[in-house]
Amino acid sequence: MTYSQLEEFGAELDEIRGRILNDLGQRDANYIRRVIKVQRTFEIVGRIGIFFPFFWPVFVLGIVCLSLAKIIENMEIGHNVMHGQYDWMNDPMVDGKKYEWDIIAPAEDWKNGHNYMHHTYTNIHGMDRDIGYNLFRIDKDQPWYPNHRFNLPLAFLLMLVFEWGVMYHGLELDEYLSGNMPKKEFDVRKKRAFKKIRKQLFKDYVLYPVLSLALVPFTSWWVPLAVFGANFVVNIVRNIWTFIIIFCGHFPAEVQTFAKADAENENRGQWYLRQLLGSANINGGKVFHLLTGNLSFQIEHHIFPDIPARRYAEVAVDVHRLVEKYGLTYNSGRLSKQMGSVVRQLATLATRPEDPYQRGNSPESKALRRSKRESSRTVAELAASGGALVEAP
Amino acid sequence: MASFTSPHTVDHYLEHLHPMLTVGLVRARVVRVLRETGDASTVELRTNGVWRGFKPGQHVQFGIEVNGTRRIRCFSISSSTAGKKKLFSVSVKAHPDGFVSQFLHNELQPGTLVHLSQAEGDFVLPRQVPDHLVLASGGSGITPVMSMLRSLRDSNHQGAVVFLHYARSKSDEMFSRELDEISSAMPNVTVQRIYTREPEVGAALAGRYSVDHLKHLGIDPASTLTYVCGPSGLISSMRETYDEMGASAMLQTEYFKVPSIDVHAADATGTLSFEIAGSDAPNSGATILEQAEAAGLAPAFGCRMGVCNTCAIKKEYGAVRHVISGEINANTGETIKICVNVPVGDVTVAL
Repeated sequence: MTYSQLEEFGAELDEIRGRILNDLGQRDANYIRRVIKVQRTFEIVGRIGIFFPFFWPVFVLGIVCLSLAKIIENMEIGHNVMHGQYDWMNDPMVDGKKYEWDIIAPAEDWKNGHNYMHHTYTNIHGMDRDIGYNLFRIDKDQPWYPNHRFNLPLAFLLMLVFEWGVMYHGLELDEYLSGNMPKKEFDVRKKRAFKKIRKQLFKDYVLYPVLSLALVPFTSWWVPLAVFGANFVVNIVRNIWTFIIIFCGHFPAEVQTFAKADAENENRGQWYLRQLLGSANINGGKVFHLLTGNLSFQIEHHIFPDIPARRYAEVAVDVHRLVEKYGLTYNSGRLSKQMGSVVRQLATLATRPEDPYQRGNSPESKALRRSKRESSRTVAELAASGGALVEAP
Repeated sequence: MASFTSPHTVDHYLEHLHPMLTVGLVRARVVRVLRETGDASTVELRTNGVWRGFKPGQHVQFGIEVNGTRRIRCFSISSSTAGKKKLFSVSVKAHPDGFVSQFLHNELQPGTLVHLSQAEGDFVLPRQVPDHLVLASGGSGITPVMSMLRSLRDSNHQGAVVFLHYARSKSDEMFSRELDEISSAMPNVTVQRIYTREPEVGAALAGRYSVDHLKHLGIDPASTLTYVCGPSGLISSMRETYDEMGASAMLQTEYFKVPSIDVHAADATGTLSFEIAGSDAPNSGATILEQAEAAGLAPAFGCRMGVCNTCAIKKEYGAVRHVISGEINANTGETIKICVNVPVGDVTVAL
């Protein structure tokens, strides 16, 4: 694409954005309220259902309903509200600044890592901390280390405890340990995380099981244990689902990543292009899209993160048109296809690369990094001493 | 109880059963909308049990939903405290630029759900009402002092009260009939109305407020607790009188803020006020984030391009223009991204 084409591309997307924003109104407000109402209903039915472990159809229904409730709360409500998609409603119940979601990770730190770093610096190495979550090698531009051999089993484990992973990600322990984050800031995050963990664990694993003690005299001694177990299962079901949707939206093979230099002095069109090439969509029906929080329209979400998610399907038509007009690629596919691609990618990139420069611990790689460090230090020292890189003759 | 619904509040669940069923949020239904004059209405409300009542002179944040957006404005309560606790009314003059006041006056229907704050404000009568009292007002500033007067009537107050009101003309005046009734039924109350544009024939007093008006009514500022609510011109000239007589402490004031927006202004106008920092700066036309930084504040920000929502804060008052969409929003208490919004005229933000 030429520079002027990129500008035109950006202007066309801005125009789509303006059209949707102008059209927001009662229908969008009714939609999110209806979703919240459905979610609350599932939650209450689920909470009651798991109190009946002695009658298994109701118990299973409870687990299913509560799982759906947590999934909808995290995806279509929490994630989208915290992007500020419904701030225009001026309703404190859906205020992106105030919302706190039903997951271990505190909203505040997640919003920093996700809304700011991930959505602004999407797929830029060294800036978007979501690339591989400092745990996996998911892109061939990441250096390979021996621990990456465990890409697949580690991913499987992360899938089960994903909400804890999200919390840990927002804590940015690695940034603190490497001296990039002041202790004061880290302590604030730590305190916030512990508070949220306490509240979440207390509700699911103490309060509701204890409440079910009241049923013990009429039924059996193990009812509270079953309630405890049901909550455990529900949280894991939600973790698996969110993990799958997020990985399929970002890590299929064809999704592109970028270097810092690619993204310097971007114009709006370039920024949009990076969003388009850096995400992948998942095909599906209406209910599927609801359960993914419309993150099945990951491309549209990345282009317009603050437009109410129910509009992504409609925006996708226009994005498709532009993709064809400018001959760009649009990565979409069935859930199974995208999932397969993610798994293959994790497996392939786990193996030790032939190229020594791709191995982070090879002498070649180390020498490369050392020389980079030294050259940047020289620049910094020169700048500090007031010297110039090029001496005047 | 909150632990059961954590991280949400109990109201997040209750309001889905019934919008009036809440434990923390004040909600009300419109009972009636009464036309006072050609451009002013009184809205009678019935609140839910969360409402703690009000003191005469206070105001309330009044939010109604129009096309999916909650519009919030501050309105003074005009009714007496004597009635049922859950009932009160606000009286509103429809301002030509005021979206909410226009809507209230022209379209509001009985039964509409209203989102309220608790009653707010220090412009209230003392617990022990003194024997001499002046209630002065101009234009729609009559509403809080009307609430005071009605409450005094209903509590059978026996002290001397002077009710001094400035309106442009008789037809612009709210509550005319009730003021006549009070005037004839209560010997201790002097109701004095002055019409500045179309004075009544034979009226003793005319024109805008001057110190002679007080003299004519036999009011000694030094010994009379005085309440004044209205446009800034009226308040500042009364303030001058009271200051000159060394009676500053006797004057209680409340301004009536009406947002003035010139959306076509070529240059930046007005003042950008930072509420938490307690400072303000002349609007330079840059984004609110840039202006806040130039004023030495350090608001949180992220992408600086309207994507990440990190810089979103409450804009308390005034109008802003979105730099990308060009759209103008003049809602009270709305959340905006300060990196992509520029002030239009006077704006107050929670920074």
